[in-house]
Amino acid sequence: MAKAKGWRDLPIGGVIEEAGCARDLNTGAWRAFRPLLDKAKCTSCLQCWMFCPDMSVEVQDGKMTGFDLYHCKGCGICAETCPVDAIAMVGEAEAAKEETQ
Amino acid sequence: MATQAATPTRLILKDLSKKPERLSPGHRMCPGCAAPIVVKQVLSAIDDPVIAFCATGCLEVATTIFPQTAWNVPFMHSAFENAAATCSGAEAAYRSLVRQGKLDEKNVRFVAFGGDGGTYDIGLQSLSGAMERGHRMLYVCYDNGAYMNTGIQRSSATPLGANTTTSPVGKVRPGRQGVRKDLTAIMAAHGIPYVAQASPHNWRDLMQKVRKAVAVDGPAFINVLTSCNRGWRHEAAKTIEIQKIAVDSCYWPLYEVEEGRYKINYRPKQKLPVTDFLRPQGRFSHLFRPGNEAIVEEFQRRVDAKWEHLLKMAGEAQA
Amino acid sequence: MSDYRALDGNQAVAEAMRQINPDVIAAYPITPQTEAVQVFSQFVADGQVDTEFVTVESEHSAMSACVGAAGAGARVMTATSSAGLALMWEITYVAASLRLPIVMMVANRALSAPINIHCDHSDTMGARDNGWLQIFSESPQEAYDNMIQAIRIAEHPELLLPVMVNQDGFITSHAVERVEIFDDSAVKDFIGEYSPRYPLLNVDKPVTFGALDFYDFYFEHKRQQVEALGQAKEVILAVAADFNKRFNRSYGLFETYRLDDAEVGIVVMSSTAGTAKVVVDELRGRGVKVGLLKPRVFRPFPAEEMVDALKHLKAVAVLDRSVAFGAMQNAGPLFLELAAGFQAYGPAARIPVVDYVFGLGGRDIGPTQIEAVYGDLRRLASDGRPERLVTYLGVRE
Repeated sequence: MAKAKGWRDLPIGGVIEEAGCARDLNTGAWRAFRPLLDKAKCTSCLQCWMFCPDMSVEVQDGKMTGFDLYHCKGCGICAETCPVDAIAMVGEAEAAKEETQ
Repeated sequence: MATQAATPTRLILKDLSKKPERLSPGHRMCPGCAAPIVVKQVLSAIDDPVIAFCATGCLEVATTIFPQTAWNVPFMHSAFENAAATCSGAEAAYRSLVRQGKLDEKNVRFVAFGGDGGTYDIGLQSLSGAMERGHRMLYVCYDNGAYMNTGIQRSSATPLGANTTTSPVGKVRPGRQGVRKDLTAIMAAHGIPYVAQASPHNWRDLMQKVRKAVAVDGPAFINVLTSCNRGWRHEAAKTIEIQKIAVDSCYWPLYEVEEGRYKINYRPKQKLPVTDFLRPQGRFSHLFRPGNEAIVEEFQRRVDAKWEHLLKMAGEAQA
Repeated sequence: MSDYRALDGNQAVAEAMRQINPDVIAAYPITPQTEAVQVFSQFVADGQVDTEFVTVESEHSAMSACVGAAGAGARVMTATSSAGLALMWEITYVAASLRLPIVMMVANRALSAPINIHCDHSDTMGARDNGWLQIFSESPQEAYDNMIQAIRIAEHPELLLPVMVNQDGFITSHAVERVEIFDDSAVKDFIGEYSPRYPLLNVDKPVTFGALDFYDFYFEHKRQQVEALGQAKEVILAVAADFNKRFNRSYGLFETYRLDDAEVGIVVMSSTAGTAKVVVDELRGRGVKVGLLKPRVFRPFPAEEMVDALKHLKAVAVLDRSVAFGAMQNAGPLFLELAAGFQAYGPAARIPVVDYVFGLGGRDIGPTQIEAVYGDLRRLASDGRPERLVTYLGVRE
């Protein structure tokens, strides 16, 4: 973690100059479950994209391409709202272990 | 006068998904919170530049913890009870600078967000004043029915019987008593050009309403039921589902009041009993213990009365 | 070419506001400020200003709308008194912390309860820690001059802090005097254009105002405010120097009157200083060596400079038009700050300094009473030991 700035180096008025810089925060670390996409079933209806509270459904040219695991908090709304059951929530601990193996 | 707008983005998800994000990920709202979904929908509905204002509360606090901000639009929070007043001042500044030729007209839209705490209660005066003065601004209340950010204390928007930390269930009290304020009706009574109720599960309806709201040359108010899975005590994943049930039970009708004319935007094919809304939520679990039946009946009675009244106002009442 | 008109303090301030022609004024009426906003409303109705005048529904919303407008990037002014200032108190701290250069006239009036519409300084004194600059005006002319200078002071890039211009409610705000009104273009030229640092209306460069600080950043943000206030004295004097060059009237951090060779002196702000000057002349006529110091700038408090101007005296009396309830001996704030000043900057040999609280709720003070204070001081100068530290001057026992 970078050393916090002293008063001389901060913008005045408590202003935050860099719009959207919250994206640097790894809210994905909060997860207990992560979404798993079955690409075969997915129709790119983009309901999951619309209902994700964390803007963590990745869409490219109107196609659903996956999840932003750096930010996804694992709430499971995407899995619940998917009309074709293309998303399943799996335990984060195992999924993370599988990933590293 | 506003300049001619370019062709608006079609309200289809593929097109909307191509717009740049106005609220970034990395904010610290709880998993499954409906508030960022609401904000995303509101800001995405508007093609014009937006300046956002927010009252103190979950949304403001969790999106702007210094030195991070999740807002990709100009944003100001000043205090809890004055989002509407703050927004109205900025809108006045814009009007003044454009009128004086110091700034080009860019169709900048002024949108203020406030929770039910900062809107129904402590913020009511400043909201009323701003609406009465005719500023061209949209106020969106994200109503989760309690002061959630400070620990789930009751507000005047808290539904009957709800268990909150200042209307707790105890040996002699069964949760929130009294009559919930109808803020949407209060706003309609201000005679402003556009008032509506919405819910984020029906994103198209919500976004259409936002577009109508910013198109009026005057004040607009949209009240959005916004689930808080912590305060309501339901599974985070069920957020969108519970929103739909709220609307299908007519607890939260989707309607609009345009220039005083009421219109119901959605009539459930099958009106669900309020118990379908109450049962999945832990804050109402005590209502299903023996002895509390009367409260559930009263809840149903009130929902029915309001729904009948709304039908009448919209000229759709049964004979 | 200047115009000379018979105006009271409110009218003079409204006139200054007309000439400044701010982008936005958001204000709520309260006695005795009402006339200022009424006169200004007429300017708006007659198309004499470009100002967007927001008739808010409370003072809390007045300051909130000012914060929104200033944050947007506009030049913003307002005015209030007493309970109005008390109601907007929360947001005045926000305005200063967000570094928004709002200029506000305050027609000083007592705080409730009981409700009182007359002059004392409890309103702005109650807000003395909010980070605003505070300038006090003795007369309608000073109120006018100070409003104009306040714009330059507030907007100075080293400051970007809001400024309160105070005048005594009713006594100055409603008293008609001969006021020099400068040429519109001369005022416009003096104040210049406003260049906001982080305008919200710059939609291509979005910024966030009013973030949440945890304990890891709040202290640093407050330290920045302190730094800015540390520059304020210099800025105030520089603006006054330019004002003097153009308008031929000199202002400083305070005014001294026949103080240089005085043996004892009174420190008193605002309109009462005018009365006191008459007493000084009367006593001087009888060969008594008295003088006075009239603080103009209360925030930032020019302790070092004031003590330097007073250190030759044998005794000093401070006249306070408010009480800091519960402070040492229930003294007034001007005394408390000056006493601290003497502690920090005073000579090794202690000078007796005493406090007279007067005029609360508009209780009048006359030359006889002020003369009595000078009498007390002369005794104090020889005895060295005051009968009491704080005297309530003019109260019925």
